[in-house]
Amino acid sequence: MIRVAVTGAGCITAIGNSTEQFRQSLFAGLTGIRPMAETERRDLHFQAIAAVKDFDAADWLTLPQKQLAERSSSFAIAAGRQAIMQSGLRDAYLGDEIAIILGCSAGGRTVEEPALERLYTEGARPHPLTVPRSMANAGTCMISMEHGITGPAYTVSTACASAAHAIGQAFHMVRSGSVAAAITGGHEAPLTYGFLKAWDGLHVVSPGGCRPFAADRDGMTLGEGSALFTLESLDHALARGAPVLCEIVGFGMSSDARHITQSHPSGPAGAMRRALLDARADPREVDYINAHGTGTEVNDRVEAEALHDVFGERARTLAVGSTKGLHGHAMGASGAMEFLATMFALLEGVLPASTGAQNVDAALHLDGVLLENRPLQPRLALSNSFAFGGLNAVLALRPVTP
Amino acid sequence: MDEIAEACISAIASSKGIPRERIKLDSSLESLELDSLDRVSMSFDLEEKYGVEIPEHKLHSVVTVGDLVREIDAAVQGKQMGKPAE
Repeated sequence: MIRVAVTGAGCITAIGNSTEQFRQSLFAGLTGIRPMAETERRDLHFQAIAAVKDFDAADWLTLPQKQLAERSSSFAIAAGRQAIMQSGLRDAYLGDEIAIILGCSAGGRTVEEPALERLYTEGARPHPLTVPRSMANAGTCMISMEHGITGPAYTVSTACASAAHAIGQAFHMVRSGSVAAAITGGHEAPLTYGFLKAWDGLHVVSPGGCRPFAADRDGMTLGEGSALFTLESLDHALARGAPVLCEIVGFGMSSDARHITQSHPSGPAGAMRRALLDARADPREVDYINAHGTGTEVNDRVEAEALHDVFGERARTLAVGSTKGLHGHAMGASGAMEFLATMFALLEGVLPASTGAQNVDAALHLDGVLLENRPLQPRLALSNSFAFGGLNAVLALRPVTP
Repeated sequence: MDEIAEACISAIASSKGIPRERIKLDSSLESLELDSLDRVSMSFDLEEKYGVEIPEHKLHSVVTVGDLVREIDAAVQGKQMGKPAE
């Protein structure tokens, strides 16, 4: 079986528009969650969002891309170019040997919402580019066109697990040899008034900022951005002298088959078990869980129950952290940002704190929740993503040991 | 007419990143590498600018820059005379 390495990474996030900025913010606990301006907030019951800052699409987009790329696709183009630059992937493989599999849940809302608002309120015709700009697969297409990548390319939409499903699919394709390399991750730009207002109605958004696993947690924080990676055979990456950032060793998926919003422990537990089985690993090897950890009462309780189910007594002391208190919950891109955080934990031998949380909910019986950075070189780490509708995806990563 | 011609040439120049001098009224849109999506997108922008709508069948028959200018001009004239779009 082909071992699969991550050889390039790129990101546009609320905590940095490069992986180096992301790394610094991650370990310094510098959150990207900010209060909205009054004009943005309007009548919303929450004020905190994790919006990308200092991103000027004009710095990244070519002339044809400027006409076509909506904010979400622009994030993907920028993150993809960073990852491809770092890995040198395009010089090492033919376009036909590379797959692109990205996660995107909300599509191009920053184009679609204003167009529909004008249509419904003024009868104004939507621009002819509204459809190609706002389709959820636009980011995948843009990267394919820019880099001449002609292998399998598609977009996965499984809400908050989209990016994790995409990375897992790309990992399996490279591992099986069906493609030589892949570009994968997620992108999302959903912070439009309509989207925020719809989430407001679910009463799961924190007024002031998420506090994963804390006793006083009061909801999630919505975010945006992109994180993309290049994957290829570890052997080939080493032979060509490419950067080797970490190894993906397992991927597990499951469906709760129960409720359209409320997660059930059996699904997340099943996905973690499958990821470990896929990695041919023992649960006792896992030293770090980058949790889905949204900061909602239900998610964190259910995730804790799933961790107890999979890891037994060891769950009480296992290092568990959520980085959503930094980059927010970026929907279909979130799993990719958390994969990036997990990758840096492996690279640095430091487990990042769950920024935002000041305490741990004793009822969860998770004494290992990371309230501060912890120096520890994990042998194996899991990155959890659980979507509305009960669709679960878990990735297993190891530090590189050639 | 001249203003509309200027607007069309500017729209093509900025859309395709080509010098204005290269764009003549008798240049075919194909020779300027405007594909069908470019055409509908650019026409839409010009229609919005002038508050008019080129009838669908006329849009399909546009071959040159001059054709586009004429269709927009005709729509503008029609609007000024209170005619509904054909």
